[in-house]
Amino acid sequence: MVVEEYEGGLLDSDGRRGALAAPEDEESVFVATQWQLMWWRFRRHKLAVASAFILSLFYIAAIGAEFLSSSDPATSVVDVAYLRPQKIHWFDGGSFSPHVEKVTGARDPKTFKKIYAVDPDVKIPVSFFVRGYEYNFLGFIKADRHLLGIEGGEEGEYNRAAPYLLGTDVLGRDMAARIIMGTRISLSIGLVGVTMSFFLGITLGGISGYYGGWADAVIQRIIEITRSIPTIPLWVALAASVPRDWSIIRLYFAITIILSLVAWTELGRVVRGRFLSMREEDFITAARIAGAGDIRIIFRHMVPSFTSHVIAAATLAVPFMIISETALSFLGLGLRPPAISWGVLLQATQNVQSVAVYPWLMSPSVPVIIAVLAFNFMGDGLRDAADPYST
Amino acid sequence: MLGYLVRRFALAMLTMWAISILSFVIIQLPPGDFASTYVETQMGGPALVGTPAALVIETALRREYGLDQPLFVQYGKWAWKFIHGDFGVSLEYRRPVREIVGERLLMTIILASTTAVLAWTLSIPIGIYSALRQHKWEDYTVTFVGFLGLAVPDFLLALVLLWISFRLFPDHSIGGLFSPEYRVHAWTIGRVVDLFSHLWIAAFVVGTAGTAALIRVMRANLLDELNKPYVVTARAKGLNEWRVVLKYPVRIALNPLVSTMGYLLPFMMSGSIIVSVVLSLPTEGPLLLRSLLSEDLFTSATILFVLGVLTVIGTLLSDILLGFLDPRIRYVR
Repeated sequence: MVVEEYEGGLLDSDGRRGALAAPEDEESVFVATQWQLMWWRFRRHKLAVASAFILSLFYIAAIGAEFLSSSDPATSVVDVAYLRPQKIHWFDGGSFSPHVEKVTGARDPKTFKKIYAVDPDVKIPVSFFVRGYEYNFLGFIKADRHLLGIEGGEEGEYNRAAPYLLGTDVLGRDMAARIIMGTRISLSIGLVGVTMSFFLGITLGGISGYYGGWADAVIQRIIEITRSIPTIPLWVALAASVPRDWSIIRLYFAITIILSLVAWTELGRVVRGRFLSMREEDFITAARIAGAGDIRIIFRHMVPSFTSHVIAAATLAVPFMIISETALSFLGLGLRPPAISWGVLLQATQNVQSVAVYPWLMSPSVPVIIAVLAFNFMGDGLRDAADPYST
Repeated sequence: MLGYLVRRFALAMLTMWAISILSFVIIQLPPGDFASTYVETQMGGPALVGTPAALVIETALRREYGLDQPLFVQYGKWAWKFIHGDFGVSLEYRRPVREIVGERLLMTIILASTTAVLAWTLSIPIGIYSALRQHKWEDYTVTFVGFLGLAVPDFLLALVLLWISFRLFPDHSIGGLFSPEYRVHAWTIGRVVDLFSHLWIAAFVVGTAGTAALIRVMRANLLDELNKPYVVTARAKGLNEWRVVLKYPVRIALNPLVSTMGYLLPFMMSGSIIVSVVLSLPTEGPLLLRSLLSEDLFTSATILFVLGVLTVIGTLLSDILLGFLDPRIRYVR
């Protein structure tokens, strides 16, 4: 029972949220569609709305990742390896002129550690909408503008590449750019994975619930067996068996499939339960008597009445997938460099010593936590909104 | 009740069988096998791969360990020996798997049970407190921390703790379960004390998510009970508040929690795998990871199977417990 709470996200809170705030005129409640009612209920859940807003920002960042990052996340500038996060000074003696201070690096002859000295007198101006490295916006529009950068900065040129707001990693790559780029994989893997388990769950759960009989028995046994296999060892084993030389795209889908193989069971059970309870409803019997076929009954009459629940359940499954991908990649079993995801970035923190000296390597964990929390809150809000009995 | 028990037991056996096949097959999935990995990583490196010398070595290794036979023959042999208590020989360590896995199984179980005890002793009082203070700042604090506990992946928590301890006490390592002087030492009082001084951090990290979930279950259950008329009656009769709460609603609210008891232990075991790797604990986790990567067939299959069986037994126990507690469950289909 406990495991469901981990997999399905967070538990219901007490579920008592006061009466549905009546819109201005009482009439509109009675003529509102199901989705409108849901929206009204969802809107009252302030935390969930805020989370939805934050998540949409995350996804916008994923789409415009190249525009938002000041330097190419894949280019390494060895001169600035392990550079401390730089601070942008917005004002210079009272006037608005954003700049970063010049950094010069030298190697300690004894320890070979890079030592950086900040020179507050040399100011490197930072400006908005700067020309930088070229990229394809949305995959096909050639562009070279970036939100923030150093005018005339050339890739690889010492001190000119970017303001390193979150420092750099071992190869002198911009951490901020890498985190923004990692948003793409880390957040899409949750969606793709959930879509996949959605598909499996609805098909198998639907067959199981609608037809019953031996199909139900077989599918239920499969679900029970899958659920009683300890998840993490199963994942670790499956992920370890993915060939090392696969391309990023193949690896991405392999990992997604591995994650959905377990996650679909929860959705499958939800869908089956809905089908079972609905099969006996009068309106379904009426449709059957009226001569509607199975397909029509399922898609015209049954699916619309439980879509909202399934969407809520799916939202709660996303954060679990994000955490799992991060954990697998962290262990080196998931995605591997040159792919960039939050988990891959966190691989650098496997060594405690390096974390102690370069704490900014931990920064990818912040978006992980924020995204997971936001998905949980939003899913909670959706579930409450989708429940017609939560008054 | 008997029918219910038989059905649950049959399903458990079926599951164990499925797990044994799965754990054996998964390991065979990657291209190459132990022999080729061994030649590549242990003997000559990539330069040797594909040379006639490598082929000779690989063939010899395969014959020695029976890796040249069809998969189902290998599985049959492995399963037959397994039933008789022979788990095979670790290809990597050249020692019986039983010894290697056994050494770490004790630590794994100690860690998991400490975690489970910790999760229970923390979550029940906190859950009760949070329910009683519903809609007050104490409740909101607990709820918020609980959400955070569920959202933060445990390996990140482990990393942060490692970092903090590294900052505060650079000489004192919290990685591992023993201080260096006790690592290979006979079991003495000192070693046990040392073990527990290291254990609690690991237990805390592994148990956070479980504790947070249990707090929410306890709180939700208790809230359901607190509004029932019998509580009002007890209060109206003038019982003191603590007695009213602890004697009746808490006992009922605990029922669903009890059913998770059997489940918690194996859950903590498999949950601890990633944390164990981060904190380098001498449990099954790091061993499993290592044996999977080196394609050490028998070791990884055994660990997967043992973890799976423990989970199945745990689920079975909690289902039986639940069947005793709640008659409705016995009669479902």
